[in-house]
Amino acid sequence: MPPSNAGLPGAPRLPVAGWGRYPRGTAEVWRPEKLSELRAALAAAAKPVLARGLGRAYGDAALNDGGSLLDLTRLNRMLAFDPQSASLRCEAGVTFAEVLETFVPRGFFPPVTPGTKFVTLGGALAADIHGKNHHRDSSISKHVVGFDLMGPEGEIKRCSREENSDLFWATLGGMGLTGVIVELELKLKHIESAYLEYESLALPDIDRVLEIFADYDRRYEYSVAWVDCAAGTKKLGRSIAMFANFASADRLRRQITDRPLILEARRPLKIPFDLPQFALNPRTIRAFNALYYFLHRRGTRDSLVDLERFFYPLDRLGNWNRLYGRRGFAQYQCVVPLAEGRAGLIELLEELKRSGIASGLAVLKQFGPQQGMLSFPIPGYTLAMDFAVQDGLGELMERFDRVVLKYGGRVYFAKDAFARAETVCQMYPNLEQWRAIKLSADPRRIFSSRLSRRLAIDPGAGER
Amino acid sequence: MNRVLFLGATSSIARALAFCFARDGARLYLAARDVGEAARIAADLSVRAGAYVCSGAFEATDYERHAELIGRAAAELGGLDGVALCFGTLGDHSHAARDADCARGLVAENFTAAVSFLTEAANYMAAQRSGFIIVLGSVAGDRGRAGNYVYGCAKGALALFAQGLRAHLARSGVYVLTVKLGLVDTRMTYGRGRSLLAMSPPTAARGIYAAWRRRAQVAYVPAFWRPVMAAVRIIPERIFKYARF
Ligand SMILES: Cc1cc2nc3c(=O)[nH]c(=O)nc-3n(C[C@H](O)[C@H](O)[C@H](O)COP(=O)(O)OP(=O)(O)OC[C@H]3O[C@@H](n4cnc5c(N)ncnc54)[C@H](O)[C@@H]3O)c2cc1C
Ligand SMILES: NC(=O)c1ccc[n+]([C@@H]2O[C@H](COP(=O)([O-])OP(=O)(O)OC[C@H]3O[C@@H](n4cnc5c(N)ncnc54)[C@H](OP(=O)(O)O)[C@@H]3O)[C@@H](O)[C@H]2O)c1
Repeated sequence: MPPSNAGLPGAPRLPVAGWGRYPRGTAEVWRPEKLSELRAALAAAAKPVLARGLGRAYGDAALNDGGSLLDLTRLNRMLAFDPQSASLRCEAGVTFAEVLETFVPRGFFPPVTPGTKFVTLGGALAADIHGKNHHRDSSISKHVVGFDLMGPEGEIKRCSREENSDLFWATLGGMGLTGVIVELELKLKHIESAYLEYESLALPDIDRVLEIFADYDRRYEYSVAWVDCAAGTKKLGRSIAMFANFASADRLRRQITDRPLILEARRPLKIPFDLPQFALNPRTIRAFNALYYFLHRRGTRDSLVDLERFFYPLDRLGNWNRLYGRRGFAQYQCVVPLAEGRAGLIELLEELKRSGIASGLAVLKQFGPQQGMLSFPIPGYTLAMDFAVQDGLGELMERFDRVVLKYGGRVYFAKDAFARAETVCQMYPNLEQWRAIKLSADPRRIFSSRLSRRLAIDPGAGER
Repeated sequence: MNRVLFLGATSSIARALAFCFARDGARLYLAARDVGEAARIAADLSVRAGAYVCSGAFEATDYERHAELIGRAAAELGGLDGVALCFGTLGDHSHAARDADCARGLVAENFTAAVSFLTEAANYMAAQRSGFIIVLGSVAGDRGRAGNYVYGCAKGALALFAQGLRAHLARSGVYVLTVKLGLVDTRMTYGRGRSLLAMSPPTAARGIYAAWRRRAQVAYVPAFWRPVMAAVRIIPERIFKYARF
């Protein structure tokens, strides 16, 4: 019997935006529910075309004005799981939330997780995401066994370290520009409990933070520092650093529960409307930051925290992106190489201070080795700062970019909304090599995004 | 343990409902005309719920093979406790309103096929003097509207058939659930204008499953459609016929 795609519904033109709700655009959005429908949609869609997951990239990485988007969220079937090798084969629309729901009770956890569980695995591979364990376990690519990539004609190419390896490394971190990841195989990690042993420390300045990272990162799987951007010049980089390891089942049984892998479901809270612009202004942000530091100034040692609270604290507030008001918000995330990392971080924090613009949330972390060709993480320090979109923000980000470039660092495509083509091509030295692979995989350049056109990542795409 | 046969298993509502059953330990047979997709969904349910799920081919208008399918499913599952009838087609109403062939086709796929299948299923269940039947109907079947009366009449007739079947089977211990679904965000409705009233397939499935567990007879999912449709039904015909929906 022929596979039916007669029922493939047409594609409405919809408003779309990233998580930061800046910038906003429109696109023809297709939402296939079957493999055959995906192929039919790819053929019928207005070009250029781009895969989209849950739209958690902050800026315009998953936007495609003038073209179309393939919403992959309904292609979310888990196809096989082998508990021996902890290897999961599934479609790209499967989300971290679904992986957690299915596998945490059986003692498995994603090898790398972002700060929200509402991200698809396809989106995670496309951005080669990193987590709080990057210093130890690198980015998600390292745990990907292989994937099936749908090319421009709807043909499927199996990609792994052995097969089509160029395409494998160009797609991991390739932001959807080499095709559509349809199916993938990922190795999960074993856990004994759904809780972490957790330690936090208040650190007075940047030197202390970097020192502590160098030391504690050897003992802890997970680490991150929350930076108090409101601190005075002498306390530049003052932070609360957090470190954690998954707790053993024994410890849970002794202290909390005899079902160490089970967490109770909590309902997310909803933010019913946009917060007015004035709610998050420099003064309230500074007050909030100071308060947060004050409350955590003593640190904690050896306490237990459940994984939802540790990894996904913001997910409780369903659509917290509305907190930043109607104009939306943006995140600046960069990494500066280890060698001169300290100097780079100080310059960035000084630029921020000078600008008078306040960052609602800033986090710092140390990275291990790089994976994919366009993957963001390189050995160094990464700093991520959230900003309400406001006048002068573009200029500030440009100054940040200059600093980052000077120190041989780079910005993260999955967060970016402001960078310029000239800067970015210097930040990603593998870009030329990547372009050659992209061109051979997609000679007519039908895969393209608003981000890729803004940053001229794949020059010529979409110009027809 | 429940052994359930799903018809039209590639519907995302069916898939989500199958997950509710599978999570509670049921064994499932997924019947669909797109066997490749049914197999993927079966794999998904076994991975997620650790359930025994198999799949096979089913074409609704292939009437002669309905009885055989029930036999196949019962053989695979080691018996059969329930069927969930989930297939249906919205079709292109403006075409169906003018083209008799098309209209007949819509009625066949949504109604005639269901009657044929349910008759065979009722024989099977009545003989074993137990079991259940879930029928996915629609609020569109509660009143004929200019915008979708061909599909609507088939769904309305289906609800009427299920009502009779319920009475027919009442003394045999067979339970019949009619579900009247409001707007669900599926392939069937995607791109036909967005509505704040639309629910996700898992939400719809949870509603259906809850109705099944409490042994409801006719369940509106979500429940607010019951009073809404009661109100819609009492609007006088001479006014209603001019309504633009
Ligand atoms: C609160 C929050 C915390 C976050 N924390 C982290 C973090 O700790 N570390 C980190 O690395 N990132 C983090 N992110 C960013 C996020 O993980 C990435 O942006 C991720 O790519 C989003 O996935 P998505 O499914 O939402 O994809 P989308 O945002 O829809 O798309 C992102 C990119 O992936 C591509 N893509 C999506 N699906 C496919 C597919 N099937 N095939 C090919 N290309 C595809 C798109 O074309 C686009 O370029 C965070 C985001 C949020 C909102
Ligand atoms: N979505 C709503 O708002 C809504 C509202 C009220 C009621 N409903 C009812 O809910 C049920 C599920 O619909 P849905 O929304 O999930 O839409 P859907 O995804 O289009 O599902 C329809 C299902 O019916 C199958 N089908 C159609 N014609 C068939 C045939 N001739 N032979 C075999 N299978 C056939 C389809 O198979 P293929 O995959 O092969 O096409 C598919 O599995 C339907 O009965 C529908 O009428 C839906």
